[in-house]
Amino acid sequence: MKRVEGLGLIDRRTPLNFSFDGKPYQGFAGDTLASALLANGQRIMGRSFKYHRPRSVWGAWFDDPNAIFDIELNGFHEPNCPAATTYLEEGMQARAVNATPNAHSDIKGLLDKFNRFMPAGFYYKTFMWPNWHLFEGFIRNMAGLGRVENVAKSGYISEQHHATCDVLVIGGGAAGLAAARVAAESGRSVILADDHREFGGGLFRQGGLVEGQTPVDWVTEQLSAVTAAGGLVMPLTTAIGVYDHNLVGLVEAHAFGQAPSLHRIRAEQIIMATGAIDRPVTFANNDRPGIIAVDGALEFLARYGVLVGKNIAILSNNSLATPAAEILRTAGAKVRLLDASTGPFTAHGGKSLNAISQGTERIPCDTILASGGLVPLVHLWRHAGGKLSWRADIAAFVPAKGPVGMQAIGAANGTFDLDVSLSEARGENLPKSTYTLRPIQPDLTAKGRQWIDFQHDVTLKDIELAARENYTSVEHLKRYTTLGMASDQGKTSNMAGLAAMATLQGKSIPETGTTTFRPPFVPVPFEVYRGARRGQYFNPLKRLVLEPELRAAGAAMAEYGGSLRPAWFGSGPHEITREAIMARRAAAIFDASTLGKIEVIGPDAAAFLNFIYYNTMATLKPGFIRYGFMLTERGAVYDDGVVARMGENRFIISCSSSHVDGVVARLEAWRQDGNNPDRVFIHDTTPNWPTVTVTGPKAREILESLDLQIDLAPEAFKHMTWREGRFEGAVARVSRVSFSGDTSFEISVPVATATALWQAALAAGKPLGAGPAGVEALSILRAEKGYLIIGKDTDGDTMPHDLGFSIPRQKKTADFVGDRSLHTENANRADRKQLVGLMAPPGAAALPTGAHLVEVTLGKRRSIGYVTSSYHSPTLGHPIALALIEGGAARMGEDLTVWHMGKQSAAQVTSPCFYDPEGAALHA
Amino acid sequence: MQRFPCPFCGPRDEREFHFAGEAGKIRPTPSAAQSDTDWATYLYEAQNPRGPSREIWVHTPCQEYFIMTRDTVSMEVLGTEQLRKETL
Ligand SMILES: [Zn+2]
Repeated sequence: MKRVEGLGLIDRRTPLNFSFDGKPYQGFAGDTLASALLANGQRIMGRSFKYHRPRSVWGAWFDDPNAIFDIELNGFHEPNCPAATTYLEEGMQARAVNATPNAHSDIKGLLDKFNRFMPAGFYYKTFMWPNWHLFEGFIRNMAGLGRVENVAKSGYISEQHHATCDVLVIGGGAAGLAAARVAAESGRSVILADDHREFGGGLFRQGGLVEGQTPVDWVTEQLSAVTAAGGLVMPLTTAIGVYDHNLVGLVEAHAFGQAPSLHRIRAEQIIMATGAIDRPVTFANNDRPGIIAVDGALEFLARYGVLVGKNIAILSNNSLATPAAEILRTAGAKVRLLDASTGPFTAHGGKSLNAISQGTERIPCDTILASGGLVPLVHLWRHAGGKLSWRADIAAFVPAKGPVGMQAIGAANGTFDLDVSLSEARGENLPKSTYTLRPIQPDLTAKGRQWIDFQHDVTLKDIELAARENYTSVEHLKRYTTLGMASDQGKTSNMAGLAAMATLQGKSIPETGTTTFRPPFVPVPFEVYRGARRGQYFNPLKRLVLEPELRAAGAAMAEYGGSLRPAWFGSGPHEITREAIMARRAAAIFDASTLGKIEVIGPDAAAFLNFIYYNTMATLKPGFIRYGFMLTERGAVYDDGVVARMGENRFIISCSSSHVDGVVARLEAWRQDGNNPDRVFIHDTTPNWPTVTVTGPKAREILESLDLQIDLAPEAFKHMTWREGRFEGAVARVSRVSFSGDTSFEISVPVATATALWQAALAAGKPLGAGPAGVEALSILRAEKGYLIIGKDTDGDTMPHDLGFSIPRQKKTADFVGDRSLHTENANRADRKQLVGLMAPPGAAALPTGAHLVEVTLGKRRSIGYVTSSYHSPTLGHPIALALIEGGAARMGEDLTVWHMGKQSAAQVTSPCFYDPEGAALHA
Repeated sequence: MQRFPCPFCGPRDEREFHFAGEAGKIRPTPSAAQSDTDWATYLYEAQNPRGPSREIWVHTPCQEYFIMTRDTVSMEVLGTEQLRKETL
């Protein structure tokens, strides 16, 4: 291995220092890690996944499955970088991923000696008994490649770009460049992407002139023509997938340590000019370091000036071997041509090769270049749903019936001659192809291990075993042997594997079929898919208008159902108890702005709500408020809340905080599908009306000092009614509804007035011993009263009669959402889970939420329900709990067994209402 | 990522839309008179056709529900029509 003067696209004036497995090396700008190591005579670059066999590169770009590095540079670490596609940078520290302590001497290399005990399906068969988990730790330690650090990389964010164009050309080789130029010069908007730094594709390695010019000059001219005609060229950009409606995902690489960018490009027409790669030849010891693809070796020479060997044997079945031999000889190598279709061959040597033999003939060599024919890269075609057809003359699958708006040209289309490719790209008449090939198939009788999948160590023997055990479908074969499941996703191994299975079954390759091609075409960091969709941007929190005031009052803010709300006020969770006691003795002041305020307006509004709600809403009078459930069509409780009637044709729905968006969506769906949308309108005003709730025995006194211009006397302003008043000149809607069980007023005002209202309420409350309280204290208050929270105290099966609300089910005659579902056999079962209260024995701790109530029959436990809410009630001085229990309503007073994490305790079934069951405090 | 035509907003990315149900399903009324079987059919049975499918979709930014006919194999959008009945 050496550099050849005058060859390559590298910049020899810019040397770059780097290290590999701790040893220092030097390469040049323009090198990849793989080319730089080869230039330094370092062939071994990794260990295989299963047997830890020493491996070198097979390919010079994304078709190399072997050399995978952990790289560190300036404190930035990235695992699993393919050495052949990672451009060298000054100071890089690289390590082979699957090797301990390094690629050259790997202690797990011993595994290779035991390979006959580790056939395909070894893990499936061996670690079944008695329990996979016994072996899991050991195997997980052995599995996987690079090491992942358990820290987020700051600043590592993939930019997300969106674009459209008339024509997207994928691949900047001869065909792609020619097609892009034609399209751009015809006036269409063109984007041309190529994954290398330098455009040109396979042109450099083919040698010779292109239409009378050097490859570099010809490429420069085409690129200038494309950009002059308004086209955009994108180097270092790999198309990773084609998705519905001609959307292409492209990943643009940047300097090491900077997250790649994702481009989503929607193109009218996609031209796939992705090229072709060499198919490996299946022969004994074909995984040895120094056995390289013919086109890989030519790439190393043409792009990086690296001659991969001195004494080279070319083992090929196609017409490209002869020009390859010429190029390598010119560069200074001794080359011997061998016909791969004559077999069987065996490679000799360990970490370095010394010969290849055929029968008794032994040919000394230090390098073997292999090609079983070119394989068009049709991945993107298959992503888009295009069909493939088998061309026996070139022994390859090529694009057939295409997806709409997609076209394949050049080597990707099975067109391997340069002149034919250019004509195809330009839509001209095609000259005759000169590419020829002699079919090969693996020799099942040959001695020695013959590798099919280099990275995952799948050998011909493994394929035989799979066939013998009847895993003959290619999808089964893949999963049983892990063929093609390595990080290269079968780019190199797929065709060899299909050929092996076809030979074993006496079938042709097209009869055997191919596995599914899935994006991404090359491995990409998960970051590429995440981009800006993180944290706040992924699912933005709703923020309260009063947040600054709440924080000033000492609020500990937390997320509740998508909103940032105060959990408690003060120094810690112990404040929750203080706030709950304060609410019962004096009053608590809450920010309740997140409660829904969805207006339903129009001549059909009353009938519409009557249909939407389980409870009868049509009879609600203006000025009054009614509690109700919305059900799903399957009869399950979806939301509970109150409806206030503002006038004949106007209502306001106050649904649960976390259901506002969902309720609006349901209302809109029923409004537009099934109703006359010109006679009822839905308007969500939740963010427009911040709400301050005052609850407790001193609530009325606090409201009196707010001067709301409303008669607050109990007989004048009753529970479940609302009044319109004024606060500091603005409209104030005041509702007497309660989620605590005490007298409560919800005051809603326009946004601009909210701060003044909050401050006035706090000031009025202070001398009375009242103050702000958070969501946690309110949760205790409502549980004391037996008020439920949908989704916490109910599940997806809970129907309203399970919660004690049976009257509409029995009496309501008008249709409503979910009505018929309340009368099925299931809805009538006696063992439905019903909401009840639970009391622990005196002195016992609060029951764990989620604990099961169990029935023991003949020593077997069976769950009959579970605890949904559980608190220590500071007001009552003992724990309280709510639970959903089979036939719970009929079990009042029954003693039940509680089971939680292997521990057993006792509880008694009670009414869910623990506080003020007569409602004196509520109506006061 | 597919592109769907909102009757109000024009072609937009798939992620701005929600599927709302197959078109043509009629809620049996009065529901009290329906057999368990009819009601279960209404709740649970979907045609899920292979090929052209008439569906109700909503474009979430503008909240317009509309009918879209699309091919479930080729993913081609065959057309859209408004959901509301003409009231003039
Ligand atoms: Zn729209």
